[in-house]
Amino acid sequence: MKKLRKKIYMTAGYNTTSLGTGRREFNPKKPRPGLEHYIKEAGKGVLDQIGGPEHVDEAVIGNFMAARFNKQANLPGFIPYIDEGLQWKPATSVEGACGSGGLALMNGIKTVLSETADVVLALGVEVQNTVKAIYGADILAGAGWYQRRKEGHAYFFPGQFSDRAGAYYEKYDYDRARKGMARWYANAIENARLDPTAQEFQNNVEDPYAQAYGMKPNGRSFVDHLTILDCSKVSDGASAIAICSEEGLEKIGVDKKDATEVVGWAQVIRNITNDPTNLTELETIKKAAHQALESAGVTVDQLGTLELHDCFSIAGILVIEALGLAKPGEGCDYVAAGKTGRKGELPTNTTGGLIGWGHPTGATGVHQAVTIWQQLTGKAGNAQIEIKADKPYGMTINMGGDDVTVIAIVFKRGE
Amino acid sequence: MTYDERLQHVSVLGAAGKMGSGILLLTAIEMADLSLKPENKDKSFVLNAIDVSPAGLSGLMKYLRDQVRKAAEKKTILLRQLYADRDDLIENYDIIDEYIFDVLNIVRPVTGIEAAYQSNLIFEAVSENKDLKVKLLSAIDKNNPNQPWYFTNTSSVPINLVEKEAGIEGRILGFHFYNPPAIQRLVELILTNNTTQEVVDFAHQYAKNLRKVVVLSNDIAGFIGNGHFMRDALHGIKEAEELAAENEFPLYKAIYMVNKVTQDYLVRPMGIFQLIDYVGVDVVKFILNVMDPFVKDEDLHSDLLDKLMLQGVTGGQLSSGAQKDGIFKYKSGRIVAVWDVHKQEYMDLEIFKEDCDEMLGDIPDSQVFWKDTLRDKNKDAKLAAFFNDLKALDALGAAIAIDYGLRSKEIGLKLVNDQVAHTHNDVNTVMLTGFYHAYGPINDFFD
Repeated sequence: MKKLRKKIYMTAGYNTTSLGTGRREFNPKKPRPGLEHYIKEAGKGVLDQIGGPEHVDEAVIGNFMAARFNKQANLPGFIPYIDEGLQWKPATSVEGACGSGGLALMNGIKTVLSETADVVLALGVEVQNTVKAIYGADILAGAGWYQRRKEGHAYFFPGQFSDRAGAYYEKYDYDRARKGMARWYANAIENARLDPTAQEFQNNVEDPYAQAYGMKPNGRSFVDHLTILDCSKVSDGASAIAICSEEGLEKIGVDKKDATEVVGWAQVIRNITNDPTNLTELETIKKAAHQALESAGVTVDQLGTLELHDCFSIAGILVIEALGLAKPGEGCDYVAAGKTGRKGELPTNTTGGLIGWGHPTGATGVHQAVTIWQQLTGKAGNAQIEIKADKPYGMTINMGGDDVTVIAIVFKRGE
Repeated sequence: MTYDERLQHVSVLGAAGKMGSGILLLTAIEMADLSLKPENKDKSFVLNAIDVSPAGLSGLMKYLRDQVRKAAEKKTILLRQLYADRDDLIENYDIIDEYIFDVLNIVRPVTGIEAAYQSNLIFEAVSENKDLKVKLLSAIDKNNPNQPWYFTNTSSVPINLVEKEAGIEGRILGFHFYNPPAIQRLVELILTNNTTQEVVDFAHQYAKNLRKVVVLSNDIAGFIGNGHFMRDALHGIKEAEELAAENEFPLYKAIYMVNKVTQDYLVRPMGIFQLIDYVGVDVVKFILNVMDPFVKDEDLHSDLLDKLMLQGVTGGQLSSGAQKDGIFKYKSGRIVAVWDVHKQEYMDLEIFKEDCDEMLGDIPDSQVFWKDTLRDKNKDAKLAAFFNDLKALDALGAAIAIDYGLRSKEIGLKLVNDQVAHTHNDVNTVMLTGFYHAYGPINDFFD
């Protein structure tokens, strides 16, 4: 990637609550807020921090499947619903399955780089609890190739990653893998308990590690190699953030120290009609993560925090291996040893990630950027980790489908 | 005739009733699953839903559609395999919709009994009237060339009598579901003196496919479940009446106390008076009336229940499944007041609860909660520790509980001695499965 023509910043992030099972206020039998509510709450959350809608030059909205979950398309039309002041401004929606949020960020970055905007409102949203999980599985299966749906599992994506987990158990070691996956779950819950917007914020299970390790996969009721605790949540939620040039930051009156600077990125796509060449490797993520680090001129050991796409616990472990933090087959041990814990070598998914915070699919990429912004600028509240001087960088890795659409972004605190 | 062939043509009598609709649902699903087996794809499967009420049948079809959807959603993994050869069915949506159609497509809602003249198997779930049952079954048998088998869901009419009077020797048995059949796992199987082994074998296979737990019971009114529950309830009433007399306080206080002891001290899902409300004061009285003539050494009757009925206190369930007020008044499922048979009004629990709890005394710290026992592998040890502590306690509540536990055991043993139940284990299984008790009545906890 060529050197950036100008500096890009992100600031004024906002997350709605991730609503779904786990939250006490969630009742599937009662009416709940719709898509427009989440867009409005997240959008307003940003506008309130940047001095109002007049500072926004353009907006982009990431969403995966509102057309099916909510029977709603044409989402740019909801941008002025956030605030009348956004009426008549340009807006775009982007889709790349669970990578839609990451694509929204990339779209905003490129718009600022193209010098047609100084402040872009980037938003991600998904409202998934409109249907039962068994039907939601159909909708989410759209992240894979439809020609493969017939042969897929009833729970299509858990089925895909169950196959990856099964291959990992067979190639390496079942028990070591399960220990790593149980620790992954426990970290997710312990971190989510520190963020009031997290879906698992109210989780009070005494020993989540024992709970996850004690639960065995059962193919008759779910998939062969994963339990429900290995899976991310079904969530309703939205996240938003402002993407700015230096001029944009000045315009909205935000100090650079209260912003993150985008220092590198990669956007890598794999052919969706091909099966993964190796079930125990996330090839696209590997390429994207390394390209992003390279473009930033940063090595993995300079990362102080990481937000990665743990749609399944096994995905979390495979991303650790793709980053080169552990050798193939040893990512599980890396996690089991606590190295991804909030006090570990590389604090990862510090507000719970997709398993603990929640996974409103189209919002996840934006949520990751908001979390990194919170951590690097000291705004993470009870979930705040210590960012050490020799590890000042944060990174997001957002994935759509089974290692198909990947966006990785490297950040540091503005200065 | 094979199992599959037997189930190709079936009728349910009283299909729109509470029990009949559940039996129809389970049978329709079982038949549809058979019809989807590759070897059965060219065969027709017919299930007649027979009921006198057209409105009831219309409601039944809606109930079936909703319930089959729920069942399909739970077994979509299996359904994807069953429909693997259907290239047009790709998403779970498609497969579940097709399955609902396939199940409903088997069911023929009709008001005339003639539909049963072709059936190989007939489930009988009409009202508890022996003469009606005999009339229907003999009419079918005279017109049906297949020598069909009859499964009756009666819980009180002696099946040997029905068999004899309808002239269907050897081809009938009691297949007594618990309410609601779609959820309750227990089935009491009652054979007549003549039921042939072939019919029994089929019944076991059918129960197994429906994932039911079968307990053999003898053809003595009330069978095991009601045999225990009715006597247990009468004991509760007696305890409450004695407690009120001894302490010279109103009966409603004693009812509250005995109910609390039977729930909290005996670790049951609900107290005995709440259970009477749940089943319905009227239903309990009806079952007692049916059983009483067949029981020589006991008087299965309660003046209190008669009085409650006269005062219009019936309990039971609303069609939504919510609890109706009965001996207790309920708010959001919780007891808030107790009926006073003298003043004929509900007495607010808050006014007297504290005094009564004080009289009962403390519950030991080792107390076990019913809900916690459901998945606790060490529940027996915990229960034993709790009940031992109760025995060592000099308190009214503990004393009532121990007496009650011993009486419950006595009832269980009597059911075996009277040859209603074959084994101690059968009695315990019925109370564990059909009544969700945490432990069977025949135990050593209270000795």
